[in-house]
Amino acid sequence: MTMSEQISKVTELATSLSGVAKCRQDFPCLAQTISDHPLVYLDSAASSQQPLAVIEKVVDYHSHDHANVHRGVHTLSHRATEAYEGARDLVQTFINAGSRSEVVYTSGTTESINLVAQSFCRPKLAPGDKILITHLEHHSNIVPWQLVCEQTGAELLVAPINEAGEVDIDNLFRQLESGVKMLAIAHVSNALGTIMPLREIIEKAHSLEVPVLVDGAQAVPHISVDVQELDCDFYAFSGHKMFGPTGIGILFGRETLLDAMPPYQGGGDMILEVRFDGTTYNDLPYKFEAGTPNISGAIGLGAAVSYLQTVGMHAISAHEHELLQYMTGQLDQVDGLRLIGTAADKASVQSFLLDDIHPHDLGTILDHQGVAIRTGHHCAMPVMDFYGVPGTARASLALYNNQDDVDRLVAALTTAKEIFR
Amino acid sequence: MIAQSQSQEELRDLYRELILDHARSPRHFGKLDGATHSAEGINPLCGDKLKIYFSIDADGRISDAKFEGSGCAISVASASLLTDTVIGLKTEAALDFFSAVVSRLSGRMEDGERPLSKVDLGKLIALEGVKEFPSRVKCATLAWHALNSAIRNESETVSTE
Repeated sequence: MTMSEQISKVTELATSLSGVAKCRQDFPCLAQTISDHPLVYLDSAASSQQPLAVIEKVVDYHSHDHANVHRGVHTLSHRATEAYEGARDLVQTFINAGSRSEVVYTSGTTESINLVAQSFCRPKLAPGDKILITHLEHHSNIVPWQLVCEQTGAELLVAPINEAGEVDIDNLFRQLESGVKMLAIAHVSNALGTIMPLREIIEKAHSLEVPVLVDGAQAVPHISVDVQELDCDFYAFSGHKMFGPTGIGILFGRETLLDAMPPYQGGGDMILEVRFDGTTYNDLPYKFEAGTPNISGAIGLGAAVSYLQTVGMHAISAHEHELLQYMTGQLDQVDGLRLIGTAADKASVQSFLLDDIHPHDLGTILDHQGVAIRTGHHCAMPVMDFYGVPGTARASLALYNNQDDVDRLVAALTTAKEIFR
Repeated sequence: MIAQSQSQEELRDLYRELILDHARSPRHFGKLDGATHSAEGINPLCGDKLKIYFSIDADGRISDAKFEGSGCAISVASASLLTDTVIGLKTEAALDFFSAVVSRLSGRMEDGERPLSKVDLGKLIALEGVKEFPSRVKCATLAWHALNSAIRNESETVSTE
């Protein structure tokens, strides 16, 4: 890269960073007061707010273009199909999937993982086979595997973590070498924010012919994801954590694997021909999309993808990285505050405890000052057990947050300390 | 700033001195050996988990009560206040308190509860601050639901969900 190219790259990043700061005004839900205080929304890891571009796209669809997809020759059905399939193309580009056949709509990350557990793993598993997950996983990347283990007699192995909240890679490699049939792992931990060194892990898994599913729910809104570069076999994520609607999500799957898998659910749209003596399933990705899908959700998700691309994933990552460092630094200065999850490589999330104040009490006190955080076990009870706490308070950032939000959080924590003095 | 002081006032009303005192130094905390009745209460939303024990005499009088577990300040204080309140009471009177507390805090009567008008809540009135915090009513009533379950000998775990 020449000097002038470097300068232009830096200028471009600086411009887009100030662009990120302006994003807040795109989110109508943020412009309100809670208990007479301007809302500070620090719970995007649970569910993010939607920009006007997404809300209007969905309203527009319902107002003008709604009909069932892939059926009928009438104009509305054609429009709905175009929009629904167009959104799939947007998602394909966004995660750099090799083909649109590899992009399956689901109801969310949870369904995506259950689909893989039941349709990909279950037919292959025998008693004594092993599936490997990590101690950091969200319940949605634990329970589907427990279910398939119960069904097949397979065993669930758990890769341990250290005090910082990082997976012990050497140990994980040894567990992989012990012979496992599947590795299911988060890209970013929802409770602690730890970013997994996925390329290294996937390379190792593949050298042992272990297929890998990545739970990307907490990664997609924050960091640029390229499924071909990661070389993962499956990648699952949800619309509502990336500024899209609830009830829609994606399963990316390698085409050869999806092709060989039996359908997950039966019904309309997933068939080519139905006869009582046998049914021919539809091509990918429709084989995994039984029944009338969440059409407006998919269209909203497509709009969210376009929004993220307009702002720019690199600019978003840079903005959030800087803000996370600021937030962690400010929190660390609060007397009596214990940071939970201090991995070297993190995204968007900081969990903490304050003195002996129960997280639930903290959540109420903050909410009453307009500051929305998540409190509790974050659907990651094993992580809470690891730290020996019933739950934590968790502040999570998104592209629309700024330093003022962090300052308001810290001020609200000071009030909590006064009340519990 | 008016808003500031009003919301702070509501918070201080929720976390009154009596509540904070019972949360920090819960009375009758621990397992009760020789308990005749017990029940567990779980609030899956926030992970509160309390077990409450009673010794009930042949004539239906609560001779002792204890509780153990972990939870937020509101649920622990409420359990602590509960044990303080019901020791020495007949079970019918304890159930009257249950109905009174639940209806007072949640603003409704649940099926099968006796209509209550004359129960003097005494220091339990300190729990009333939760009325401004709908998501916390379950924390304040958790131990009381467990009491109801224990006395009625429904030994299964009570969940607020």
